[in-house]
Amino acid sequence: MSKFGLIAKGILKENPTFVLVLGMCPTLATTTSAMNGLEMGLATMFVLILSNIVISLIAPVVPDKVHIPVYIVVIATFVTVLQLLMQAFVPEVYETLGLFIPLIVVNCIVLGRAEAFANKNSVGDSALDGIGIGIGFTLSLTVIGIVREILGSGSVFGWKFIAGDGILAFVMAPGAFIVLGYLMVLFNKLARR
Amino acid sequence: MEYLLIIVSAIFVNNIVLAQFLGVCPFLGVSSKLSTATGMSGAVCFVITLATVVTYLINNYLLVPFGLGFLQTIAFILVIAALVQIVEIVLKKISPSLYQALGIFLPLITTNCAVLGVAITVVSKEFSFGGAPHLMNLGEAVVYAVATSLGYGLAMVLFAGLREQLAMNDVPKSFKGLPIAFITVGIMALAFLGFSGIV
Repeated sequence: MSKFGLIAKGILKENPTFVLVLGMCPTLATTTSAMNGLEMGLATMFVLILSNIVISLIAPVVPDKVHIPVYIVVIATFVTVLQLLMQAFVPEVYETLGLFIPLIVVNCIVLGRAEAFANKNSVGDSALDGIGIGIGFTLSLTVIGIVREILGSGSVFGWKFIAGDGILAFVMAPGAFIVLGYLMVLFNKLARR
Repeated sequence: MEYLLIIVSAIFVNNIVLAQFLGVCPFLGVSSKLSTATGMSGAVCFVITLATVVTYLINNYLLVPFGLGFLQTIAFILVIAALVQIVEIVLKKISPSLYQALGIFLPLITTNCAVLGVAITVVSKEFSFGGAPHLMNLGEAVVYAVATSLGYGLAMVLFAGLREQLAMNDVPKSFKGLPIAFITVGIMALAFLGFSGIV
């Protein structure tokens, strides 16, 4: 597969949110606004790319029996690095995303890519795969965030264009499930064509 | 009274799936049949409670006194993974019938973010159940863990019931499978929003 194809497949053909349906917890919880969705996507992408690189490097020497615990420790290490970096440089973003930053450890996308791709491909390809899937995840989260922000608060990326309150339910929990459901329908419809 | 508030709040008001979005993947994965949903809820309840107690003790008596707070994420996930393994081995020896019932769900639980989520919440978030905001003590943590996992079970069993009905309906092609499931959960979450005033 071409280098470009490796990145592109993460955005459409293997989109982690709408096609693979992985990592639903952060997808639903952090998309209350477009900005939050974007930030969560980038945070996950950081861990995904680095863990893909390291796992593709160590995979040949890790015994098969303990490969899952080893991968989890690698992922958890990068999540801790991310936590410390965010606390130091963007503390307010760390505050907003809260619990869902440490929970990147158990995000099935990261472990999923390690198992399905990084452990049997070269370092370069694994990095590209991480970038592609990361972009796909970030785009999906941003789109869900934009829809919820428009319906829920009448704004996009904090720029308010509808006066008044909007439909509060879309910022709260039920809206997350409903918006994701309908966007999946849309994605299915467009992808089938 | 305080424990009652914790229980009501964790089961209904801040339901772990419908309000906090934790453990959504297994929630969707195993809720297509009522029997598997019940089995998974049982296993999750068991592991969440045990993991919360162990991680609470490790955090407060090992990590915090030695200034190793930054290792929290790594330590917790390792503890949970090891715990799930131990539970699996012990259950296999002591109660083969229970192991049979929960068996396939146990390994899945390591990557259920509800377990890690509850463990981290308990040691880091300040709660005020009718009093001043404070970090939970061990008793409150256990009650919170049990109540949260009961809430998980409740949501899962209710949703499994709905999904069994849904399977018999004629759903438009693009909505088939997960999309309609998400919309159903959304409506369920809307119903649970009605509890928000009571605590």
